[in-house]
Amino acid sequence: MAVVKYSEEHEWIRVEGDTGTIGITQYAQEQLGDVVFVDVPAAGRKVAKGESVAVVESVKAASDIYSPVSGEVVEANAALAESPGDVNLEPMGKGWFFKLTIADKSELDELMDEAGYATFLKSLG
Amino acid sequence: MTEPSDGPLKRTPLYELHRELGARIVPFAGYEMPVQFPTGILAEHAHTRNACGLFDVSHMGQVRLTARPGHNAAAALETLVPGDIAGLQPGQQRYTQFTNDSGGILDDLMVTSTGDHLQLVVNAACKDADLAHIQARLSDACEIEPMFARGLLALQGPQAVTVLSRLASAVAEMKFMTGAFVMIDGARCYVTRSGYTGCDGYEISTPADAAAPIARKLLSYPEVKSIGLGARDSLRLEAGLCLYGHDIDTTTTPVEAGLLWSIGKERRAQGSRAGGFPGAAVILKHIAESAPRRRVGLLPEGKAIAREGAEIVIAGKVVGAVTSGGFGPTLGRAIAMGYVERSQSANGTKVELVVRGKPVLAEIVPMPFVKHAYYRG
Repeated sequence: MAVVKYSEEHEWIRVEGDTGTIGITQYAQEQLGDVVFVDVPAAGRKVAKGESVAVVESVKAASDIYSPVSGEVVEANAALAESPGDVNLEPMGKGWFFKLTIADKSELDELMDEAGYATFLKSLG
Repeated sequence: MTEPSDGPLKRTPLYELHRELGARIVPFAGYEMPVQFPTGILAEHAHTRNACGLFDVSHMGQVRLTARPGHNAAAALETLVPGDIAGLQPGQQRYTQFTNDSGGILDDLMVTSTGDHLQLVVNAACKDADLAHIQARLSDACEIEPMFARGLLALQGPQAVTVLSRLASAVAEMKFMTGAFVMIDGARCYVTRSGYTGCDGYEISTPADAAAPIARKLLSYPEVKSIGLGARDSLRLEAGLCLYGHDIDTTTTPVEAGLLWSIGKERRAQGSRAGGFPGAAVILKHIAESAPRRRVGLLPEGKAIAREGAEIVIAGKVVGAVTSGGFGPTLGRAIAMGYVERSQSANGTKVELVVRGKPVLAEIVPMPFVKHAYYRG
């Protein structure tokens, strides 16, 4: 059973064993509007928690995506190059950004669960 | 374009309609304006290019100039702009700029002669400053009437003519950059065949209380969708049109900006009304000797988007900066415009645009990126 955690920057991470799959939330894609390009990190890149690792370009603006945990990128979602709109259509499905091997699973404890994230969104008004 | 930070945000006569249609509302030039509707910017952009989009541009400033006895409004306005205003026939419209003493641009504007008056449309963020500028310089010659409460609707796209003709058949015969008084839905409106998208279309100046009913009437036709500021920006960028405060400002002359076409021959050296506008010495020198830099179109390779502020580099040397950049939905790729040194500005020149610290290859290309589809009869 995969666990999904959320960051205050509106990234999600789905944890399966030592592997985390990372993307942006429904709220984030709504705020961004139509996504036209995603610059995803290459496999092999070591990333630190909170590091800017990807960029989402919408028609309006570019937005940094921060890694919610530390680790090593094992796969980027290559399909986004051809269909960046997947981020809008299925932000938590085929619109995922990259997968990494989680370096320190205790970092997951600092993230929110689904209920916590829902409360956080309400606080944004 | 500066964002006024004080005072409550204003609303146009279409605010309630925007809310009903599910718009995302943002502060823009002191107004609460729709940036996009639920279908999103890409769909709105495509709908305007393929069918017909309705834009609320009521935040823009409409000003009417009427000559005082013994004066001429066109001659007076020519003391503030380099355009050939005296040459405007009744019903003709022209694009020009308010210039400053160093030849920079205070604002860009549309001027239409109705015969009895000149009607100006200026940018929302500049309208108070423009009005003060006009009042300070032209009050002796003209009665100056701000009409900031009026509605202004832009109906743009290949189906605009079909749609607006249903309400006012006379508009079908109008040519690009002309204007006429027209009755629409019982209200006396001033319609020009113009816009900011590169498409055929109209701008409709309405009495304040007629704006929403006319907008609703237009939206009742299946060809018409409401369009926000997001698509307005991507459409004008594809059309190669300047956005004030970004592509042109007080530091750019009309010649540098590639707007020489808007300076009538009569206003240039050896013309019958040469000079006589603020900064004429600088601007006429730029015409005679070429400007030191030039606004150019930029086509980046690949998918990365170079936005405003990205440096333009040739052979390791910064030669300018991007002033507008984004995704061009019609082309399905990134496009941009910016200023480069004139000696480096030839079409086909290879440059690098610095995007988040990384060089992106690009080429200087002619504009517009999408061919204009104006109706010239």
